[in-house]
Amino acid sequence: MSETTSTPPRASTPQRSSAPPPKESPNSPKIDPIYYFFLFPALLAFTLAITVPAIVGFGYSFTNSIGFGDWEFTGIRNYIAVFRDEGIVGAYLFTLGFALVTVIITNAIAFFLALGLTSRIRFQRTLRTVFVLPMVISGIIIAYVFKFLFSNTVPAIAQTLGIDALSQSILANENLAWIALVIVHAWSTIPPALLIYIAGLVTVPEEVYEAASIDGASPASKLWHITLPLVSGYVVINTILGFKGYLNAYDIVVGLTDGGPGVATRTVAMSIIRGFEGGDFGYQMANAAVFFVISIVIAVLQLRLTRGKASFGS
Amino acid sequence: MSTASTSTAPRRMRARVRYNVPATIILLVCAITVAIPLFVTINMSLKTTAQAVDGRAFTLPAPLSGDAFAEAWSLTDLPRALSVSIFITAIAVVGEIVISSLAAYAIVRNWHRRLFRWSFFYLLAAMFIPFPVVALPQVQMTGMLGLDNPVGVAALHIVFALAFNTMLFTAFLRSIPISLEESMRIDGASTWQVFWRLIFPLLGPMSATVGIFAFLQSWNDFMMPSLIISDPRLQTVPVLQSMFQDQFSNNYNVSFASYLMAMAPAIVAYLLAQKWVISGLTQGAVK
Repeated sequence: MSETTSTPPRASTPQRSSAPPPKESPNSPKIDPIYYFFLFPALLAFTLAITVPAIVGFGYSFTNSIGFGDWEFTGIRNYIAVFRDEGIVGAYLFTLGFALVTVIITNAIAFFLALGLTSRIRFQRTLRTVFVLPMVISGIIIAYVFKFLFSNTVPAIAQTLGIDALSQSILANENLAWIALVIVHAWSTIPPALLIYIAGLVTVPEEVYEAASIDGASPASKLWHITLPLVSGYVVINTILGFKGYLNAYDIVVGLTDGGPGVATRTVAMSIIRGFEGGDFGYQMANAAVFFVISIVIAVLQLRLTRGKASFGS
Repeated sequence: MSTASTSTAPRRMRARVRYNVPATIILLVCAITVAIPLFVTINMSLKTTAQAVDGRAFTLPAPLSGDAFAEAWSLTDLPRALSVSIFITAIAVVGEIVISSLAAYAIVRNWHRRLFRWSFFYLLAAMFIPFPVVALPQVQMTGMLGLDNPVGVAALHIVFALAFNTMLFTAFLRSIPISLEESMRIDGASTWQVFWRLIFPLLGPMSATVGIFAFLQSWNDFMMPSLIISDPRLQTVPVLQSMFQDQFSNNYNVSFASYLMAMAPAIVAYLLAQKWVISGLTQGAVK
């Protein structure tokens, strides 16, 4: 009784499509109180560290607080100001565009790497070890390494090869610096996407491909008509997880461009934190609240758009 | 270990399998892109200051020198930052395993009770709350509570990982047959004893996964310690790298030696615990 076992079909309701969640029966056996003690630390920590700050912060978003001292209630003035703040709106547009480009590039590369790593190749395990490795390296540190490469190595190589466009550091060019951010984020976040694709690809039975080959399907059409539909659930997971991560981009941005040149690559997370360090608390909490709503809306939209294609979970 | 086993050429008789040679070559070329930043880091860190100052990434160190490591070690006072990072990481690893597994066990065994079922979804909500959104009030509150230090950061690491960890543990616990613990209960064991003597050992593989992820996340985190810890002398290794950017200036050998020492523990942990990293990620995402 204590587990949610599938209920046997009942004659009275033969057409139930799914079992309802088991009702809490008033005379269920007495609970061992120690279970509350097991659950309590997690609930308490979560409430104190996330729920309370979220509520308090939301409250402050309607004030002119600077983080300490007196404050006054200012209604929705902060929210109006946020939408009129070119710096903040710019950060939103930049972050959305950056997240979109990065999620597409990262997923495309991760998918093809996963295809390669699940085919019959030499050095399979070693290669997988290598491709997963970037995941374990601190974002800010790898950003510093890439900063060196983009500022010294790439221009030096471009000069010897006579490529004028790259002879200056792309980090100093406000129209190109975002490309560096995409490259470093891709380098650093392909591994988790790759592992999820590998997990998906190994579930596709070999016989499906064999049957398709007998019918004369080309490799490209097998990829498009068989592999992709079968792993579409994994594409959804990777898109959602990836998008969420890139929307919150901070560490790598701080290390690589620090939002510059100027504010060309400033992300929303950076605008919230830099604004706060500059003395705006209430105002940046309004920014954070808007950011939270946008994050949720995007996650829900992604789930809606892909509903039906996703065949994962229970 | 994997390097050794795969590079010894035909190791089994069934090596008759036809390998996909073009795919192998393409992947090897792609692997170079992964290797370049790491190669450059090692290469630069082994140079002398006189050689490194020209900023050439691919000239080999001549002469080989370990001076940069000694200099980075003392310049950044690395031992202190290392002890702070180890302290935070250790608390996060132990805390995440214990708190999440206890909560997951209570939730799974009482799933039919509303409080426990709802608690699960409550904890899962953390997945949708980005840290920047709650960061500012957290900075304020940790300051007021005297937690603007490594202890506070470790606590926040535990909380932000709760959702993912509890999900992993509940998925695993559902696969453990209840008959195992019923026989133990008939022998008079309490819930506490059942958990620690039977369930916790069975959770071993999951705890390994949770532990290695806790280690990697805590060790590499930059954002939380940089915002929460107010005393610069109590900063962690990644934050230290940003604090010393100006002082490294063009002494590239010193900066890269510092980066290498900062990333080495995570790389070593990954190579030793690769299996758990990979299984944790795929299970966590698919469940």
